[in-house]
Amino acid sequence: MLEATSLRAGYGPVEVLHDVSLTARAGEITCLLGRNGAGKTSTLKALMGLLPLTSGTVTLDGEALHDLPAHEIPKRGIGYVPQGRRLFKELTVAETIEVGLMTRGEGRATREWVLDLFPRLRERLNQQAGTLSGGEQQMLATARALCLRPKVLLLDEPTEGLQPSMIELIRDVTVKMRDEGYAILLVEQRMDAILALADRAVFLETGRSVETADAARLHADPDLLHHRLGV
Amino acid sequence: MEFGPHLLLAVLEGLVTASILSLTAMGLSLVFGVMRVVNVAHGEAFMLGAVLAWWVTGLVAGHPAVGFVLAALTAPLIVGALAAASDRLVLKRLNYDPDRTIVATIGLLYIAQQTTLMTFGPDARPVEPPFNQRIALPWLERTEEGWTWFYPWGLSITSYKLFVIAAAAAILVAIWLVITRTRAGLLMRATQQDSETAQAFGIPVGTVYSVVFGIGAALAALGAVLVVPIQQAHYLMGGEPLLLSFIVVIIGGLGSLPGTVIAALLIGLSDGIISVFFSPTLAKIIATLLVAMVLVFRPQGLLGKAQT
Repeated sequence: MLEATSLRAGYGPVEVLHDVSLTARAGEITCLLGRNGAGKTSTLKALMGLLPLTSGTVTLDGEALHDLPAHEIPKRGIGYVPQGRRLFKELTVAETIEVGLMTRGEGRATREWVLDLFPRLRERLNQQAGTLSGGEQQMLATARALCLRPKVLLLDEPTEGLQPSMIELIRDVTVKMRDEGYAILLVEQRMDAILALADRAVFLETGRSVETADAARLHADPDLLHHRLGV
Repeated sequence: MEFGPHLLLAVLEGLVTASILSLTAMGLSLVFGVMRVVNVAHGEAFMLGAVLAWWVTGLVAGHPAVGFVLAALTAPLIVGALAAASDRLVLKRLNYDPDRTIVATIGLLYIAQQTTLMTFGPDARPVEPPFNQRIALPWLERTEEGWTWFYPWGLSITSYKLFVIAAAAAILVAIWLVITRTRAGLLMRATQQDSETAQAFGIPVGTVYSVVFGIGAALAALGAVLVVPIQQAHYLMGGEPLLLSFIVVIIGGLGSLPGTVIAALLIGLSDGIISVFFSPTLAKIIATLLVAMVLVFRPQGLLGKAQT
């Protein structure tokens, strides 16, 4: 279980997260919701240690992560699929997967497991990541994070800009990981995806977590989403 | 001497220059490629390597080869360690800000120069080559009996210069293999592509930067160790390798390692040939002009990729 309490963080003197608390439980998809600029991506970066915290705590199964250097945090078991995929563009698919495997010293078995999840990647092992199609890049970004065999998976808008069949595939994998017991923290903008996937939702507004709702409440009260995210 | 043998001699001398230059420029290119730092103090790593090579060879008695091997092992190591330490102490604290790292490395340049002057003095120091046989080179000439080999007067090279060319080639191949085939190389390339995401996959980017900065300086020092038996060590010798390395790196494409080697060959050979037939000054003028032309017509360099 990943637990963050009262996170404050910012870029230099500009504070973007004022008070964010959230919990991502194993076997659940927790959606992180909010309008543009509410601090969703910044929250994920803060959890990964890429955005320095000024106060607040992050713990994974009771172990404090907030005072670890950024490169130690993934080794505790957090896989990160950043916004815009952020692949190592000139590395091949095989090399990218190797980087993921090295993070936590995973071996051949994990490599096979990940390639079985995304058979398309197996056909493109020697291709440079930057030359893959958008959907394949998203598969690779997801595969890279799964190579850690993480306890928690952070997904930042994984279906942004993809064609429907790819969205379907990424969503299937997300659900599969949830059912295997991973804790998933998902940033998502599409209403239908939120309603279909979320076991729990945390709403952010201008750098503060303002409300948490479970799936039952999201379905019972459709106005909640419109009120919080309404355009 | 006739034109043909003369040209062969110029090409060989140019290859020696190109070998040293490709090592030095490779260090600069590696540092820029991975860290996006323009290291103005790179020439001083070369100078320190040369001066340390002289100092180390002076410590041991016996055959010159003993001192040379010792220098080739220790000088790059010491210079690399100094560079890694200055990365930790200075560049890291500037957050690798592009403008401030340039100013900081100018500072490192003067510190290195003046420390060397105060420690070892202003004299130029020779180092004895480990071996130095003169090898006469044959040339083909048409006589009444057809094509025959003969040895033109003055057409020769020393065994040490041939060794420099071979050693530089071997070192370049080794670097290439490390970068493309090993895990350490993979960490470096991932950091180069996206340092923030690299951290999210457990790569200690700070350590990678220090190591790369150290390797970059060590390559310059290694080039200098190879060159001191040909050219004397002096505390002001860092200027020319710095200028030529920048020329090579700009022509080859910033951060492109194959481009760096090609450009080093181009600059080294043209330097050798033009220096022999015309003058060394003209060689520098043409090299600098070439940089201007590359910047105008192909700003990303021969093999560089356009920034997107």
